[in-house]
Amino acid sequence: MEKFEKITGVAAPLPLINVDTDMIIPKQFLKTIKRSGLGVNLFDEMRYDGEGREIPDFVLNQPAYRKAEILVAGENFGCGSSREHAPWAIKDFGIKAVIAPSFADIFFNNCFKNGILPIVLPQDQVDRLMDDARKGENARITVDLEHQTVSGSDGTEFRFEVDPHQKHCLMEGLDDIGQTLQKAAAIDSFEQGYAARMPWV
Amino acid sequence: MSPKTLYDKIWDAHVVHEAEDGTCLLYIDRHLVHEVTSPQAFEGLRMAGRTVRAPEKTIAVPDHNVPTTLDRTSGIKNEESRIQVEALDKNAQDFGINYYPVSDVRQGIVHIVGPEQGWTLPGMTVVCGDSHTATHGAFGALAHGIGTSEVEHVLATQTLIQKKSKNMKVEITGKLRPGVTAKDITLSVIGATGTAGGTGHVIEYCGEAIRDLSIEGRMTVCNMAIEGGARAGLIAPDEKTFDYVMGRPHAPKGAQWEAALAYWKTLFTDEGAHFDKVITLKGEDIAPVVTWGTSPEDVLPITAAVPAPEDFKGGKVDAARRALEYMGLTAGTPLSEIEIDTVFIGSCTNGRIEDLRAAADVLKGKKIKEGLRAMVVPGSGLVRAQAEEEGLADIFKEAGFEWRLAGCSMCLAMNPDQLEPGERCAATSNRNFEGRQGRGGRTHLMSPAMAAAAAVTGRLTDVREMM
Repeated sequence: MEKFEKITGVAAPLPLINVDTDMIIPKQFLKTIKRSGLGVNLFDEMRYDGEGREIPDFVLNQPAYRKAEILVAGENFGCGSSREHAPWAIKDFGIKAVIAPSFADIFFNNCFKNGILPIVLPQDQVDRLMDDARKGENARITVDLEHQTVSGSDGTEFRFEVDPHQKHCLMEGLDDIGQTLQKAAAIDSFEQGYAARMPWV
Repeated sequence: MSPKTLYDKIWDAHVVHEAEDGTCLLYIDRHLVHEVTSPQAFEGLRMAGRTVRAPEKTIAVPDHNVPTTLDRTSGIKNEESRIQVEALDKNAQDFGINYYPVSDVRQGIVHIVGPEQGWTLPGMTVVCGDSHTATHGAFGALAHGIGTSEVEHVLATQTLIQKKSKNMKVEITGKLRPGVTAKDITLSVIGATGTAGGTGHVIEYCGEAIRDLSIEGRMTVCNMAIEGGARAGLIAPDEKTFDYVMGRPHAPKGAQWEAALAYWKTLFTDEGAHFDKVITLKGEDIAPVVTWGTSPEDVLPITAAVPAPEDFKGGKVDAARRALEYMGLTAGTPLSEIEIDTVFIGSCTNGRIEDLRAAADVLKGKKIKEGLRAMVVPGSGLVRAQAEEEGLADIFKEAGFEWRLAGCSMCLAMNPDQLEPGERCAATSNRNFEGRQGRGGRTHLMSPAMAAAAAVTGRLTDVREMM
């Protein structure tokens, strides 16, 4: 996984609550056996009409947001299914950070596994960043993971919390499996004790 | 020792390693796998030259993509779906994991097959690349959905990197009224807490109304824990659980059964254990409910009317406006006047034998409304066989329902079972999101008995009027 670098870029406003994984990537695109190429179908049913033509009003179809690197959204973003196709599609589109008042659990975790930073901020701060996002190219937002800050166009900094382990993995681009396999001896020894205690498992 | 919740006990029994910041490596007892969220994980293993650490604890079954029509034995026509199912066939064989292919009578929805075959046992950790893994919590197992990267992690290491969630108690006191089912409980809880009410928590459901439920009903309740935002839902095992598990193909036998039983009987929340959040509903207050919008929290008793956006606050005002527009509904319309086009009975929420019995009970001797499209999709081949043996299949067919083969089907419409734009469906599944059952499709969630009642009248209907 590539390392997460500081971003300064255009943020796309998506002022909806409960944006679910079916909205992010509808099921017809889950039939792929690859991880790549899903960006073109991100928010497919909001982005294209029944004939596959772009719906001009949708934020990611507007010229200012076609290269957005940040998404600002309402509470409970990513609710619904566990499909990792949702963060794959977001990443493939080019979005590297999502800012919202809250996220659904599984989606939140899936983001970190794919080099995306989900940022939780209080509603009033998200509202201010949403206003910035509405200005498109005229109001770039900066996300600094190292210092755990988001800065709006007027330079106001908002600090966010992030799990230290997840921050470390994101900043270093670390692969979870490789790290866990370093603890193989601990897994072996757990399994032996466990098999003695609970032989029916 | 300080008192522990059921979640605390299961968690503690599975910690392989704990880092200073509380990040744990948790041992996984059962890993369920289906065709949609696994191909990239197996591919990742191959690329890194890794193997499946515990193939004997890994169970795979295709369910999301499989057609449910009788002609599926001749192959899957949709090429992408076929490739995905074939990839699972190959991965199961290459890595030597337990497998129930499409042709096997035991094939079905992964969350129905697991318990049915005795893979799911009390006190276990169970994961699957599927959010409805919460279903298995009905056995007092810690069960939750994971993403594909985590599927790969579990395949390679039989562990998951986790931080412990908070404890939440949802108590349903007293008795349910006639016509009220497990589905009405679980939807009513989400209505009360919202779809983010459980975020960051593991819910333990308890109380008399939960104890009174069958294991099938408990699975329905836990299944939708995720729709309330919770990581998992749990119900402490009891005699009903042990009776359900005993004798299943992969349940322990003989002396191992006795040892397991002794352990399972310790799986309850200790007196005085701490919960971070508590919700209590009275069983008597729960009515048969339906959803009116595009989030499972948009739930109301069938006797209510479609709400207005102004009835809500904050971001929900716009969300409700958008939902009403999508659903083609006008505020103030009585819910029981909403006409439907389609009825879908099935899914991991309500595709078990008890669900089919409840629906058949309403349909016996009746016909579905003319022009309606109605289908029953049993949750597994074995549920289907049992329903045929009990005469339920005949009741459905005589009423005018299509009697399908097992799979996820129209719950998420990855197979050919889909809604057309604007088509309105009474569904026993778990999500009413925009486009969930097909682009432009309109979903109303409800219990199997309520769906059967709607099939008869052609509109959302209070099943109590037909009892």
